[in-house]
Amino acid sequence: MGDKTGILITYREALKQALREALLSDERVFLLGEDVGRYGGAFAVSKGLLQEFGPERIMDVPLSESGFTGAGIGAALAGMRPIVEVMTVNFSLLAMDQIVNNAATLLHMSGGQLNVPVVIRMGCGIGRQLAAQHSHSWEPLYAHIPGLIVLSVGTHEDARGMLLSALKSPDPVVIFEYTYMLNLEKEIPADAGAVDITRAKVRREGRDISIITYGAGVYKALDAAAELAAAGIEAEVLDLRVLRPLDEASVIASVAKTHRALVVEEAWRSGGIAAEISARIMEKAFYELDAPVQRLCGVEVPIPYPKHLEDASVPQIADIVNAVKKMIKP
Amino acid sequence: MEKAQYLRLLYQMLLIRRFEEKCAEMYAKTNIRGFLHLYIGEEAVAVGVTQALAGDDYVLATYREHGHALARGMDAGAIMAEMYGKQEGCSRGRGGSMHLFDGQKLCGGNAIVAGHLSMAVGMALAAKKQQQNRIACCFFGEGAAAEGEFHEAMNLAALWQVPVLFVCENNYYAMGTALRFSHAVQELEKKGPAYGIETAVADGMDVLAVERAAREAVEKVRAAGKPYFLVCNTYRFRAHSMFDAELYRDKSEVEEWKKRDPIPRLSDFLLTKKVITEQDIEDLENRVAAEVQKAVDFAEGGTWEPVEQLTKFVYSSD
Repeated sequence: MGDKTGILITYREALKQALREALLSDERVFLLGEDVGRYGGAFAVSKGLLQEFGPERIMDVPLSESGFTGAGIGAALAGMRPIVEVMTVNFSLLAMDQIVNNAATLLHMSGGQLNVPVVIRMGCGIGRQLAAQHSHSWEPLYAHIPGLIVLSVGTHEDARGMLLSALKSPDPVVIFEYTYMLNLEKEIPADAGAVDITRAKVRREGRDISIITYGAGVYKALDAAAELAAAGIEAEVLDLRVLRPLDEASVIASVAKTHRALVVEEAWRSGGIAAEISARIMEKAFYELDAPVQRLCGVEVPIPYPKHLEDASVPQIADIVNAVKKMIKP
Repeated sequence: MEKAQYLRLLYQMLLIRRFEEKCAEMYAKTNIRGFLHLYIGEEAVAVGVTQALAGDDYVLATYREHGHALARGMDAGAIMAEMYGKQEGCSRGRGGSMHLFDGQKLCGGNAIVAGHLSMAVGMALAAKKQQQNRIACCFFGEGAAAEGEFHEAMNLAALWQVPVLFVCENNYYAMGTALRFSHAVQELEKKGPAYGIETAVADGMDVLAVERAAREAVEKVRAAGKPYFLVCNTYRFRAHSMFDAELYRDKSEVEEWKKRDPIPRLSDFLLTKKVITEQDIEDLENRVAAEVQKAVDFAEGGTWEPVEQLTKFVYSSD
C-alpha cells in the first residue's frame, strides 16, 4: 500500500518532484529550455536538477523558442522523451509553428507512421503584475488544435502527477502551469504520483450548481464553494484538467446532477474554453438546465500592470460567489 | 567509378524526370490536385546527396520532395498513389504531393518553409544521445535560409555539435522572388562559417560533383558528429507550382540553364568516355517508362479511404 499520509508541498516543489521522478525513471527523458540548468529555472522549478542529472539531461538552450521546440519534436521522433520548457506562454507563440504545424500534424499527415511523444511545459497566467506581454492565459489557442493533448495543472496533485502521465503518451502534450501558484502550499498524499490525463475531476461534490473551471480557476472556485456552503448553496466544482480532448461526459454528468452551470476561466471570453463548454452543454444537456449557462471569463483587455486593474481583469472569488447567487436566486 | 554506379545515377535522375513529367500530365487530367511542385532540373542534388547516405540515416525534405523520395528508394507506386490521395499511398493519401513519408527513409515532405530544420537538429541530437552512428540530412531551398528558423537551427546544431548535414538546394528563386531580392548576402556559403559550421559548395547541375561533395560531407558529419553545410547551386526548369505563370523570370534564363541539364550532362559525359552506349540509355528509358506506368496503374487501382476513418490518426489511440 502507498503512503496516504498528507504532506504539505508547494506547487513548485510538486512540479520539481515530478521532473525528478521522470528523469530517474526513464533514461530517454531530458529537459531542455531556457535557463533550466545553471540559472535553476526561470521560476526555480528545475533548481538543483543540473547538479543531479548533468548537462546532457538538463539542457540550457539559447533564446530560440522555435528552434529548441523543433529540436524537441525531432528528438521525440527519433526515440527520446524530451520535456521542452517554454519559459512562459507568451514566448510560445515563437514556437507555435513547430507545435501546431509539426507536432500536431505529423501523425496524421504521415498516415500514422510518425509519433511525436514530446511534452511541452509552459508557465502561464495572471497574478504577478507582469503586464500585457507576460500574463496570458492562452490555453484556448492550443486547445483549438487537433492532434495535441492539452493539460491544465490546476492543483498540487496534478502538478505532482500530470507530467509523469504525459511522458507515457505517444502523442504531443502541452502542459500549462500557473506561475502565481508556485509558492502556494497544499497537502497531497506522500505517495502522490502519475494521474489520469483523460478525465475531468470533481474537486468538490455539490447538488445545486456546477462550477466548471480549470487551471487558476480551480482553487478560486473551491474557495467560492466554501463561502457558498456557508450560505446554504452546495456547489459542485468540476476541474476540466484536460482541455483537449475534452472530457465532455464528465461535464454533462455534472450538469445532469445540478441542473445549473457556471463556467469560469481566466482566458478571454470570446472563443474561449468556457464558450466551448457552454456550447456542448447546449447541445447535449439543454433539457437538464434550470437556468441559462453563465460564463465568468477574463475581461477582454491586454492585462494591465497595476494590481487593482490586474485583479479586475479576471474572475475573483467574490465574482464567482455573486454569479452563483444570481443564478440560484428563485 | 563502376559502370553500374554511373547507370544507377542516370537511372535515378531519369526516373525522377519521367515520373514528374507524368505527374504534370496527371495534374492536367485532374487526377492529382492541390499543390504540385516539380523538381525537374534539380535532380542531380537529391540523387547525388542520397548516394552518400546510409539506409537508416534520417532524411527530411521540403514540399518539392518527389525526387528525394524516389532517390531514397521509396516505391514509385506508393508515391503516385499518395498524389492521387489513395489510401495505398505512402502516407495513406493524407499528405499528398507535399507530404511524402516513409519512416526514416523520408521524414517528409515538409511544407512550412524551414520548419523541418530544427526537427533535423533534434533527430541528430537523439542519434547522438543514443550513441547511434546515424546522421540527419536536411534538404531545403535558399528561401528557407531567410527564415529565422534556419539561423536558430544552424546555431543549435553547431552549439550542440550534432551530426546533421544541411543541404541548401539553391535554385535562385523563393517561389517568384529572386535570390538578389531576398538575401543581403547572396553567397549562401558564407552563412555556414558564421555559425562555425564547415561549408562547401557544389555544382548542383552535376550529379558527380554533388555526389563527391556529399560523400566528403557525410564522412565528416559521421566521423566527427558535427554539422556540415552543403550548398548546391541548381535551377528549377518548371514553374514553382502548377499555379505559377512565371512572370518573374525570362524564358531566355530558363533556356540558358537548360543547357546545363544534369541528365544529358551525365549521359553525354558517359557516352563520350564510352562508359555507356546509346543502347544503355534506351534500355534505361524503357525501364523507367515501365516503372512510371506501373506507378500510375497502381495509383489508378488504389482505393479511397472510407470517410468513416476521417479522424483516424489524429491521436495514436484513434
